[in-house]
Amino acid sequence: MADVLTFTDRGIYCPAGDFYIDPWKPVDRALITHGHSDHARWGMGRYLATSGTAPVMRHRLGDITLETVDYGVKTRIGDATVSFHPAGHVPGSAQIRVAVKGEVWVVSGDYKTVADGLSEPFEPVQCHAFITECTFGLPIFKWTPQDILTQQINDWWATNAAAGRTSILGAYALGKAQRLLTTVNSAIGPILTHGAIENTNAVLRDQGFALPRTTLVTPEISHKTHPGALVLATPSALGTTWARRFGPSSTAFASGWMALRGVRRRRAADRGFIVSDHADWEGLNAAIKATGASKVFATHGYTSAFQKWLSSEGYDAHIVSTDYQGEGFDQADEAEA
Amino acid sequence: MKDFATLFTRIDESTKTTVKTAALADYFQTATPEDRLWTIALFTGRRPKRTITATRLREWAAEVAGLPDWLFEESYSIVGDLAETIALVLPPATKTEDQTLTHWIGYIKTLSTLEDDDRKAGILDAWNSLPNTERFLFTKLLTGGFRIGVSAKLITRALAQATGQDEPQLTHKLMGNWTPDTTTWDALIEADDPTADLSRPYPFYLAYQLDGFDDLGAPADWNAERKWDGIRGQLIIRGGEHHLWSRGEDLMTDRFPELAQLCDYLPGGTVIDGEVLAFTDERPLSFNALQKRIGRKTVPKKLLTGAPVILMAYDLLEHDGKDIRDMPLQERRESLQTLVAEVPDTAPLRLSASVPFKTWDDLSAARDQSRDLNAEGLMLKRRDSPYLSGRKRGDWWKWKIDPLTIDAVMIYAQAGHGRRANLFTDYTFAVRNGNDLVPFTKAYSGLTDKEFREITAWVRKNTLQRFGPVRQVPPEHVFEIAFEGIQASPRHKSGVALRFPRMLRWRRDKPVDEANTLDDLKEILATYG
Ligand SMILES: [Zn+2]
Ligand SMILES: [Zn+2]
Repeated sequence: MADVLTFTDRGIYCPAGDFYIDPWKPVDRALITHGHSDHARWGMGRYLATSGTAPVMRHRLGDITLETVDYGVKTRIGDATVSFHPAGHVPGSAQIRVAVKGEVWVVSGDYKTVADGLSEPFEPVQCHAFITECTFGLPIFKWTPQDILTQQINDWWATNAAAGRTSILGAYALGKAQRLLTTVNSAIGPILTHGAIENTNAVLRDQGFALPRTTLVTPEISHKTHPGALVLATPSALGTTWARRFGPSSTAFASGWMALRGVRRRRAADRGFIVSDHADWEGLNAAIKATGASKVFATHGYTSAFQKWLSSEGYDAHIVSTDYQGEGFDQADEAEA
Repeated sequence: MKDFATLFTRIDESTKTTVKTAALADYFQTATPEDRLWTIALFTGRRPKRTITATRLREWAAEVAGLPDWLFEESYSIVGDLAETIALVLPPATKTEDQTLTHWIGYIKTLSTLEDDDRKAGILDAWNSLPNTERFLFTKLLTGGFRIGVSAKLITRALAQATGQDEPQLTHKLMGNWTPDTTTWDALIEADDPTADLSRPYPFYLAYQLDGFDDLGAPADWNAERKWDGIRGQLIIRGGEHHLWSRGEDLMTDRFPELAQLCDYLPGGTVIDGEVLAFTDERPLSFNALQKRIGRKTVPKKLLTGAPVILMAYDLLEHDGKDIRDMPLQERRESLQTLVAEVPDTAPLRLSASVPFKTWDDLSAARDQSRDLNAEGLMLKRRDSPYLSGRKRGDWWKWKIDPLTIDAVMIYAQAGHGRRANLFTDYTFAVRNGNDLVPFTKAYSGLTDKEFREITAWVRKNTLQRFGPVRQVPPEHVFEIAFEGIQASPRHKSGVALRFPRMLRWRRDKPVDEANTLDDLKEILATYG
């Protein structure tokens, strides 16, 4: 049987439906898993995405030809049947299921298996072949449970507020920032936001997501106008003159990479919270198992180790090179993955 | 060990020295005296004896975590720290036990007396009783040192805050070869005689690189000496014994046995700061000669005759059993000169002569002769300066010669680990030879984080071939490589080995065909090797 999906230098391609999934070069027809800039790129003829992903895509890509579809709804494209299923990565994010003549392949996009209180929870999709991300595909990555994490962040914020310090927390603008917003205890103090984050907040609020009250940081705002505040900033804003207006402060960074002491130290923040919108080691393994797939393609992340591991577990495992960035700790905030 | 873990986390998470100092000072006021002593010991590189090999620990951890060995190794190469890798891969602890740091160190010591199976059971039980950070620290105790960004200076400052004693005195008390088994908190910190221990060295005085003559005042106020290219050492002669300490507080006495005879010529109560140099015919050999003796605990006869060493004396810190560090340099050197003059020429001790000069221009000319003399440059010391401790500005300056440099082409890249996991920071460089590129050195420091990120992105997009973790990249980028020395090396394809190679700058302006050639490299070897 011919492969349902092939891997080209433009991206993942479906010959039966003549479309691409998350392509990184201009193509006529693109199916998009989610709104992060390494997946939803500019320049495609037409786009198809979930109705939850559409607003942020329009916000970021401007005037594009975009059709939307709800989770679980089957759409026929050429000889292929496609449907989108929750990936739990960020609000609206999807895995894309492609069926051709009874053969089912699923592209995971970016995903996590634990509920974050904001994104539609991950749903395993049965398939023959699964194309999985593995940003954190090593057994050293195990995420802190959400309740403990929330406690850690609240404690940090409350301690700083009591000591007269501003709490500046670096997090990616789409997904991570809003996830943190919905979990922190907004009774501790005011919440201020960096422009890139506030823009995304507005898009999500319009979609009906309930986020706590936030205030955009403008030139007249400082620790004097908002003592004891929690400032949500993009990672690249940490340590800049923008951040210096908040007077005595403690900086923290929220990322899966904070699991590694070396990376925590490299970021030169006062605290590192281990929080990721990607699956950890257990999550990846459980998700792959739940698909029932016998063929697995590992992409973006520790692909070679993960492929070798999956092979030893009895899967027909392969590596696929893609242009996705993952949750890169060494990249500027535009690579938010 | 909870309080030790809290201390560790507070220090490790912060980039601010004030926060680190406060964390240590708190700890020194609240922990048990035994734990305090052990903490000082660990943070100053005095770790308990290793009782279990790293190989066994890896095997056991992989087994408990249910991982194949290769996957454990892969994880280790990303994390860059064995204890951290182990702490991360193990399943969560199922019980908790809060014992003191000293308890766990004792626990580790008892393990050494047990049979292998019992040792393993002991380790697994400890892993299963300790939450994350404590488990990491316990494993750190098993595997080795605690390099966590706490300098000796920071520890003394915190101790000063906690005990009310002054810093220089505490610095002195912490030196030497004590361990928590040979002393107590009271004897080491509270007692007031720092020379009670006959081997105890003084803190070294270190200089910054000179950044101009404007603030120096009159040349006549300064004494210039050669900055010799050997191993800085402090020779202590007390109670009929001698000890030789390195700047890193390593005891090097047995590595340089020829210095033992100085006990016969120098009076007790003498401490000399100097440079250990390979030396024949009244002339220092290049550092390459000395290098053969570094890293050897004992020395075979052949090396003793092939690369005999002397102590080139710079300064006198203790005279007739008296600490004379507060006296002016001029007077210390006069006493030193008298002492050295009484030692026969056959003995391995020389006075590092002053370099005469009237103007800064004279001095600059003298500096230009450094390489010919196998020196690294000059030292400038104010004639009336006391012997301070640690790196200080003002009275002493080093004026090193510029490093040797060569423009080379990057051909392989490899990811760093620890702080730099996920960034390509380790590169292999080549020089041109006709149409070929001949690899000759690796280097992994000298660029900014921003440059490393840029190159990392380029490497990801331009990988030609992978050899395990190593990526072959197209020869497109030229870097200026700086190094301190060069020697012939048949083990290397290029025939040379460099000393302290690092990237000086990324020569974006240079096309590959303007990079240096193998002939250029050989010429440098002929001149400076
Ligand atoms: Zn993403
Ligand atoms: Zn991604």
